[in-house]
Amino acid sequence: MKELLEIEEELLAPGHRACPGCGEALAIRIALKALGRNVIVVQATGCGEVVSTPYPQTAWRVPYIHVAFENAAAVASGIECALKKLGKKDVKVVAFAGDGGTADIGLQALSGAVERGHDFIYICTDNEAYMNTGIQRSGTTPFLAWTTTTPAGKVGRGKRQWKKDVPAIIAAHRAPYVATASVGYPLDLYQKIKKAKYIKGPCYIHIQCPCPPGWRFDSSKTIQVARKAVESGCWVLYEIEHGQMRVTFKPSKRIPVSEYLKLQGRFRHLTQEEIQKFQELVDQEWKRLGLE
Amino acid sequence: MKLVLTGNEAAAFGAKLARAQVISAYPITPQTVSVEKLAEFVANGELDAEFVEVESEHSALSVCVGAAAAGARAFTATSSQGLALMSEILYIAAGLRLPIVMANVNRSLSAPISIWCDQQDSISVRDCGWIQLYCENNQEILDSIIQAYKIGESVHLPVMVCYDGYILSHTAEVVDVPDQSSVDEFLPPYQPPYKLDPENPVTMGPVGVPEYYQEFRYALHEAVREAKEKVIEVDRDFERRFGRGYGLIENYRCDDAEVVVITMGSLSGTVKEVIDKRRERGDKVGMIKVRCYRPFPHREILGSLESAEGIAVMEKDISLGATGALYADVTTAIQNSDRRPLVMDFICGLGGRDVKLDHVEETIETIKKCVARRKIETPVKWLGLRKEVL
Repeated sequence: MKELLEIEEELLAPGHRACPGCGEALAIRIALKALGRNVIVVQATGCGEVVSTPYPQTAWRVPYIHVAFENAAAVASGIECALKKLGKKDVKVVAFAGDGGTADIGLQALSGAVERGHDFIYICTDNEAYMNTGIQRSGTTPFLAWTTTTPAGKVGRGKRQWKKDVPAIIAAHRAPYVATASVGYPLDLYQKIKKAKYIKGPCYIHIQCPCPPGWRFDSSKTIQVARKAVESGCWVLYEIEHGQMRVTFKPSKRIPVSEYLKLQGRFRHLTQEEIQKFQELVDQEWKRLGLE
Repeated sequence: MKLVLTGNEAAAFGAKLARAQVISAYPITPQTVSVEKLAEFVANGELDAEFVEVESEHSALSVCVGAAAAGARAFTATSSQGLALMSEILYIAAGLRLPIVMANVNRSLSAPISIWCDQQDSISVRDCGWIQLYCENNQEILDSIIQAYKIGESVHLPVMVCYDGYILSHTAEVVDVPDQSSVDEFLPPYQPPYKLDPENPVTMGPVGVPEYYQEFRYALHEAVREAKEKVIEVDRDFERRFGRGYGLIENYRCDDAEVVVITMGSLSGTVKEVIDKRRERGDKVGMIKVRCYRPFPHREILGSLESAEGIAVMEKDISLGATGALYADVTTAIQNSDRRPLVMDFICGLGGRDVKLDHVEETIETIKKCVARRKIETPVKWLGLRKEVL
């Protein structure tokens, strides 16, 4: 943490238009501290792009391009190839995309780029729904979560499916480095990005970024919510380096998922039975990962 | 060096001579051979480029956008559905002012699926801010691709070089392939005014808030319009060096013509044959080949219609529910002139239907009858329509 605080250079300028308590803005800020100036950033359409580049202003102190929603990985591929041809070997290409731009509309381009083995880092800033358009369900929206397209009513109980496991999909491509991270654990996040920076080939880092308006919690609680996600086992911090998985932070004692869910309005509609079901599924997931 | 090349091979030679640095494409009939050839050039070490085998056309163009934004010369090629899939990124490439060059091998759009030629694919994206050049033969394909980089890099716009599927893409002709050193002299390495570079960080692709968006679009429109002069200038320079020039349009025996056929692409060759035959018997007919479709050469077309009483537009596309696109542009060109010749639209050659000499004859006879009667009853006529299967 000390190391992180000592890095004073802010490459994401203050004054961008992100909401107070935005998890994504925090993730980008920390990521840029780890990456330094010698990068080229591609960002998919989404909150992060909208809040940081209203013409004629920009919050980016590093070279930056936004092209479209689903093609950040393809644009990054093109930049990486151009740098190779132009003889610029020390510049790292980094793509940022939200969960929609990664797990849903951008999955094909991401899969293609990782399969081709481009030397770049892809960072998914996952706030678990289409927040930029107003909280619609995405592939990474958690089980039973309320969104505007999975409303809770007499029949609907929120999202019916489990969260899409994108890190596992990318790991199946045999990417040299895949990691999960959380803004609640900034040093862990920082170290993972730093590590990826020095690995040749496609690296994927999936950061859970709590969203106060989308998850329905007070903007002062972002870090608390992020930490409870990890402490309850709903979000697991790990890295997969050349196929070897290692959990980077394991809570000494897992807290009940209800401790995490009750902080957020998006789970307010859940019954005791539904919370119990959620707990069972998280327990199963922990067993599957060999954590218990 | 004279070689026997198909249109697709000519396109590949063009990109090679232009020293494309990043090539990204996805296979689609009838484009495939052009990128296979380029992959071969790269594999053999004849072309020092990165060849990116993407998973879709959408990504192919996205790779080119990234490459061009980082300062490299980028090339892609596609057809039909592939171009339709790229459509979102076509607009962005133009808006970002990136001089990517694309070969579009003209093929019809689904449904029903058809791999054969018409020009509906590129016509459908005419409004995206790319310069569009249509080629008549394989020599013109090679030359146009080299020219396209020079034009695009001077005016900061992407250029689409269009040529007819099968009719040109798969037909071999003798093509003069210029030597590398003369192409290098004509086309120096790409020097972008801005690029993605940590030494001098810029933000590309920002949010265009309402206070600025319209001005961005106006500036882009003006750039495309003004590119007309650059197309002419580059073509003249090319002609001086290589002895071949194509212009914005080709005025083929129009000077005293009473009837003028206007068309694009390989069909121009067929029409010329009919014009020559008719001229031999004293018939005052001519043809305009529109080579540069965007920016549209309104003034140049009007200038070749000074004696025309009747105009027949022959085109391989249709704006469903309206008219052919070229017809709409031609009528716009003459709308505010003093002379108001009669204009008819002939939709033909869709989905690979052959357009024969007889169809051209029928076209000219039809417009002549209209001129004699000073009246057009049906402005849009479909040539060779098989009414028995309707």
